Amino acid sequence: MRKIASKDLGMLPLKEKDRPIVRALLSAGCCARCILRFCCIGLQSAYRQSYEDLMNELQTFVSAGGCGKSHDVADHEHTEDPPCKRVKLDTVEGDTEVVPHAQAESDLDTAEPKVCVVCLGVLQHFCDKTFAKKVSEAVTAEGYQFDSLVLSVSLPAQLSVREHSTWLLVKKEVREKGLCLGKDDVIQVKEAFKWIMNGLVSQELCVPVLAKSLFEVSVGFTHPETDGDCHFLATTCSDCFKPAKNKQSVFTRMAVVKALEKITDENFRRQFPCPPKCPTTRCTAQDIQCLHVSVFVAGRYNKFSRTLPQTPWVIDGERRMESSVEELITAPLLSAFRSEGFNFSSSGREDVDVRTLGNGRPFAVELLNPHRSQFSKEEVRELQEAINKSSDKIRVRDLQIVTRDAVGHMKEGEEEKTKSYGALIWTQRPIEKEDIEFIKDIKELKIAQKTPLRVLHRRPLAVRQRVIHTMTARFLDAHHFHLHLRTQAGTYIKEFVHGDFGRTRPNLCDLMKTDTDILELDVESVDVDWPPAVGD
Amino acid sequence: MEGNVTEHRGTPSVIDRYFTRWYKTDLKGKPCEDHCILQHSNRICVITLAESHPIIQKEKKIQSVNYQISAGCSRLQNKVSGKSKRGGQFLTELAPLCRITCTDGEEYTIFSCIRGRLLEVNEDILTRPSLLLEKPSTDGYIAVILPKFEESKSVTDGLLSRAEYEEVVSKRTAVKPEPC
Ligand SMILES: [Zn+2]
Repeated sequence: MRKIASKDLGMLPLKEKDRPIVRALLSAGCCARCILRFCCIGLQSAYRQSYEDLMNELQTFVSAGGCGKSHDVADHEHTEDPPCKRVKLDTVEGDTEVVPHAQAESDLDTAEPKVCVVCLGVLQHFCDKTFAKKVSEAVTAEGYQFDSLVLSVSLPAQLSVREHSTWLLVKKEVREKGLCLGKDDVIQVKEAFKWIMNGLVSQELCVPVLAKSLFEVSVGFTHPETDGDCHFLATTCSDCFKPAKNKQSVFTRMAVVKALEKITDENFRRQFPCPPKCPTTRCTAQDIQCLHVSVFVAGRYNKFSRTLPQTPWVIDGERRMESSVEELITAPLLSAFRSEGFNFSSSGREDVDVRTLGNGRPFAVELLNPHRSQFSKEEVRELQEAINKSSDKIRVRDLQIVTRDAVGHMKEGEEEKTKSYGALIWTQRPIEKEDIEFIKDIKELKIAQKTPLRVLHRRPLAVRQRVIHTMTARFLDAHHFHLHLRTQAGTYIKEFVHGDFGRTRPNLCDLMKTDTDILELDVESVDVDWPPAVGD
Repeated sequence: MEGNVTEHRGTPSVIDRYFTRWYKTDLKGKPCEDHCILQHSNRICVITLAESHPIIQKEKKIQSVNYQISAGCSRLQNKVSGKSKRGGQFLTELAPLCRITCTDGEEYTIFSCIRGRLLEVNEDILTRPSLLLEKPSTDGYIAVILPKFEESKSVTDGLLSRAEYEEVVSKRTAVKPEPC
């Protein structure tokens, strides 16, 4: 008898023990692929068969030769139930009678199959070449550059409720037969979807569809008709459904899964039909979303203007200064990478009226969702030239594509680094050359700086110890000299010079024994050895 | 002197660059006890003596500065923490900040003049009270106050502008040759 049965199974690796499960699921209104899932079929090719072929095979399997024309042995003894009469074929509307096979086949060709009670049509109507074409066309229209992709699927939360209900049905069937099967053995809808779709999308787009890729294509489904399926869980497991700020609904997939782990089978069965009710509509596919991981570009910049802020300067919603370092650097990058946005960061920053000279200040730009991500060294060099040609207020060097991790080097040990400055100093008291000679003899001067008044509104009040390593002074005239300083990073130079109401001590006024003020300030070097220099 | 300085520096001072000067005259009805409020563009305010205050006008010698304004309250106990400056004493316009006693026996009370959170007081003037006379509008400041964000515009409503203050002071001299 076993022999006969296995001969009848066609190409599906179904076993005798699966027969009652398949029968129960067919009559519950499960689609063919969901039946394979609940039979824990891990053979991917089984899912890739055409839906009609698969359904035919399953019907043949349950009828076990009793009703099918290819089964000449009608051996009802092999099945526990008289099969055909009980099986409600989901492919034939309203058909509860035994149907001659030829009749059934012709109906299969014309009638729309009923929407699956578990996957709500995802594995029936969205797992074919047509949908793969639709996905691929949407991806192509976005114009991304990519050499592989990962397909991600988001399903309506109520699918988990329906899956659970169906699982309880299967469990009952399994228990009665004394079989051992766990919920974890069931193949997930997402998994089955990808087994079918990965290959089809790959063929359309001519790139591999992998489990991991820098480029992600997301397919989402909704099913408004059954959104209410989850609601009973809120009264049973209220602590699983806490309102979150960024979520429209408390019924997230995660929350629903958590609630289903808590609820008892008995309680669930009392509140939700098992098997689930037949839906009248199928899922709706949402717009295809594409996301490429960020690309990071680093370099060093000079700022030659005293009226250019580092980032856009907005006071009371009004724009001050027409441009910024950030905008001048990122505008050409955004258009070259066809990126949707950016995050700009740098090793420290200078005030609007401060120039940054010398080797420049290290910076990094995270380009969000870039449509193009691959650039040759030569192309990056051209990009740098484009930035430099766009404005004479800034200049960029060592532009390069870096990893996300490497950007961390820029912030590492920022406090310990040394910075060099040049400043134009005014003195109230007239000076002579000799009056500033003592300055060069001051080494490793420790100063205490209270948080400057100009930033106190947005930073905590604290006293910070800073070190001025060396200073040299160059006489200009009776009220002016040039001061060069090498200091610990984080030293507020302006406050060191004018004293900030005596809140920085000692300050240059104390050292010079007259009021001093700072008229101009330049950053001459930022001693962070990242990013590496780029040769020509 | 002041004019000379501006002449050869040719650029505005730190106060002129970043602060707006506001004044409150004759505090609590006491003639010439004028205060100056330096309001930074970031809304922080520094309270100082106005140059017309009797201490400066009469070049008084200061005996002591006391931030203990009542038995239970000392401005020296003020502590703020974090970006939001939690824990700072909240001051109304007429909250006293400190009392200055001069060697001639006169005592002057300095007031907040604006509503806001006290961020710090100037402890340097405890040990060097002469700063009040030498650098009244910078190193000799009295206190730093942060008005509420939503009050940052209205907080100076009852105060005099620099021009209004100068007018008040010039009228004083016109009416009474010896005003204070
Ligand atoms: Zn299904």
